[in-house]
Amino acid sequence: MISSVSLSSALAFIAELWTRVPVTPLQAVLLGPAAAVILLAIIPWYRFSAFLNVLASGLTFFAGASLLFDPRYRTDILIVDDFNVYLVILTTFVAFTTSIFSASYIGHEIETGRLTPRLLRYYHPLYQAMIGAMNVALVANNVGLLWVGLEVATLTTVMMVGIYRTPEAVEAAWKYFILGSVGIALAFFGTILVYLVAQEVLGEGLPAMAWDSMLKEASRFDPKLLSLAFVFLLVGYGTKVGLAPFHAWLPDAHAEGPTPISAVLSGLLLNVALYALLRFKMILAANTATINAGLVLIVLGLISLIFAGFMLYRRRDIKRLFAYSSIEHMGVITFAFGMGGPLANFAGLLHMTMHSLTKSAIFFAVGHIAQVKGTQRIADIKGLSASHPVLAVGLALGVIAIAGLPPFGVFTSEFMLLSSTFARQPLLAVAVVFGLVLAFGALILRLSDVLFGEPSGPPGKVKATYAPLFLHLALVLAAGLWLPEPVVRWFRTVAAQLG
Amino acid sequence: MHNIGFDVAHLLAGSMLALSFVLLYQDRITAVLNVFALQAIALSLSVAWQAYIQEAPHLLITAVIALVLKGFVIPTALHRIVRRLGIHRQIDEVIGAGPTMLFGLGLVALSILLVLPVGQNVSLLAREDLAFALAVILLGLLMMITRYNAVTQIIGFMSLENGLVLAATGAKGMPLVVEISVAFSVLIAFIVFGIFVFRIRERFDTVDVGALDQFRGERRDQT
Repeated sequence: MISSVSLSSALAFIAELWTRVPVTPLQAVLLGPAAAVILLAIIPWYRFSAFLNVLASGLTFFAGASLLFDPRYRTDILIVDDFNVYLVILTTFVAFTTSIFSASYIGHEIETGRLTPRLLRYYHPLYQAMIGAMNVALVANNVGLLWVGLEVATLTTVMMVGIYRTPEAVEAAWKYFILGSVGIALAFFGTILVYLVAQEVLGEGLPAMAWDSMLKEASRFDPKLLSLAFVFLLVGYGTKVGLAPFHAWLPDAHAEGPTPISAVLSGLLLNVALYALLRFKMILAANTATINAGLVLIVLGLISLIFAGFMLYRRRDIKRLFAYSSIEHMGVITFAFGMGGPLANFAGLLHMTMHSLTKSAIFFAVGHIAQVKGTQRIADIKGLSASHPVLAVGLALGVIAIAGLPPFGVFTSEFMLLSSTFARQPLLAVAVVFGLVLAFGALILRLSDVLFGEPSGPPGKVKATYAPLFLHLALVLAAGLWLPEPVVRWFRTVAAQLG
Repeated sequence: MHNIGFDVAHLLAGSMLALSFVLLYQDRITAVLNVFALQAIALSLSVAWQAYIQEAPHLLITAVIALVLKGFVIPTALHRIVRRLGIHRQIDEVIGAGPTMLFGLGLVALSILLVLPVGQNVSLLAREDLAFALAVILLGLLMMITRYNAVTQIIGFMSLENGLVLAATGAKGMPLVVEISVAFSVLIAFIVFGIFVFRIRERFDTVDVGALDQFRGERRDQT
């Protein structure tokens, strides 16, 4: 009783706070990172800018969470609805916790001399630019602006992946850049086609690029051209999601970039790209004469899941291992949205959240582990439970969660997905189970030595911030045990919206 | 229905496609740069013509950006880089010029077959423009695949973006937001590529991307 009173007064205070400042939460989500980019670009001291980076990310998260007060907004340019508000909160939250991890990670890299302040000069502005660009993509109603947001987010991550300037890092960034640009170019062509389809019905100009007005009139669109547009969008944004035939950039970019960037790539950027794809899938679903977008997503999702399951067995690099695990989970999520229907969509939304929290937590642990052991080779990292028990517990919990074991949230979403699939398409469910078990086996096989083998390597002390790691794991655990009623209701609304 | 507006638009888009083919078989980097500049000029003329027949003067901005940036500034800068690195000699091709050209022809046929039959309500001009644009995009992709050299991959990518701009301006009344963003992204692309060219140079004394392949992350474990 007392807690609910203090909670409501706190909420009233926050609402009051927003009436005092000259910006709305929506503007703050977009302008905050932009201001931080400029500020961080000027400031040369990396310690201070790391702190500022945390502060700016925290404020952006606060603004993102405040969107809940007034979750409806639309113009032809921007939109806030139930679907994207949840992703904005997730994105800004993970960006915030990652910035805390990043500060301690970068501090260690400077100490060991792997990074110099000169190389780091543009790291923090780029980080903020990436957050801002992802927020733009998420709240864009104009599908052109959505594309711009994703493109800018991609370019900033390309530059951050190459930050170590080792031959491997340069190659990874180059590969990421080439494949990412080709993907994004195809997505742009798809966007133009969508506009062409829409302008016949909606007339020329901005309304014909606004997603919500397209959705309303979708049944009158030319189905053939719309289907063709979706193929381009699928290959384009699918590349960014890391779906299986187009995934080649993903493991390299995860393994060679700094670990905070691996965490946001897996946890956020893949989600945002998938979000873009889903927006277009909704338009297609509203027009019955088009190709069956759901079926295409099911096929791509299954291919990604099973392919990544097999690839997990041959990994020797720990970050690469978890990069393939991200491909696997994006496959699961894509499959869920492909199946559609209230339950599968619910599972997809929940899995998106759980995967992004869990995978970034794992990368936080892996980042510190790679730093204390001085290597990313799985064979050289042994017996963590003896040498670094806290990190070992963090990693073990993360792996248990990501492998889909109860009581963590990933289990909940996978269970929901499987039960809904078994009811409708038992054979497909068998394929999904096969993929999940495959990946589970690989993770246990690869990581048992890391956790419980003979301790090896330097028993270096860790100077790590455990808070983000265990905060994420606690959230995933809490979601697995009990989902609060408002969250469930909210996911249900969005799941119904997704069709 | 065939009037002069249609014919000129056709001619300009067609010449862009022809220049895409010319790009495919060049064997010197300087020649590649010159052909790319020509293609950018053709693009800017084509966009300007679209501005005229669609009575959309804001497209002229896009035309000017294409002309100045991609027609002159970027080729000049790349010429300078190439000269300084001393790599204006032969380009290593993965596939010979003959098969590449044949493959390119196939891609053009593919894009015509894909785009022309669908969307009968869209004007023929827009559809033909789209077919041309898609062909230019696919040929740009082909160029990026068949050349190992980092500079020619840049050119392939920018030629691909030329196709995108052609498509965007062919779509009648598409909001300006997008055109500016495309021009902007080309600029960013150039900056990024520039950084990469220098980093690659720093590391390997070559801009041959093939030299990077031996550093594939997974392989280094075996040594």
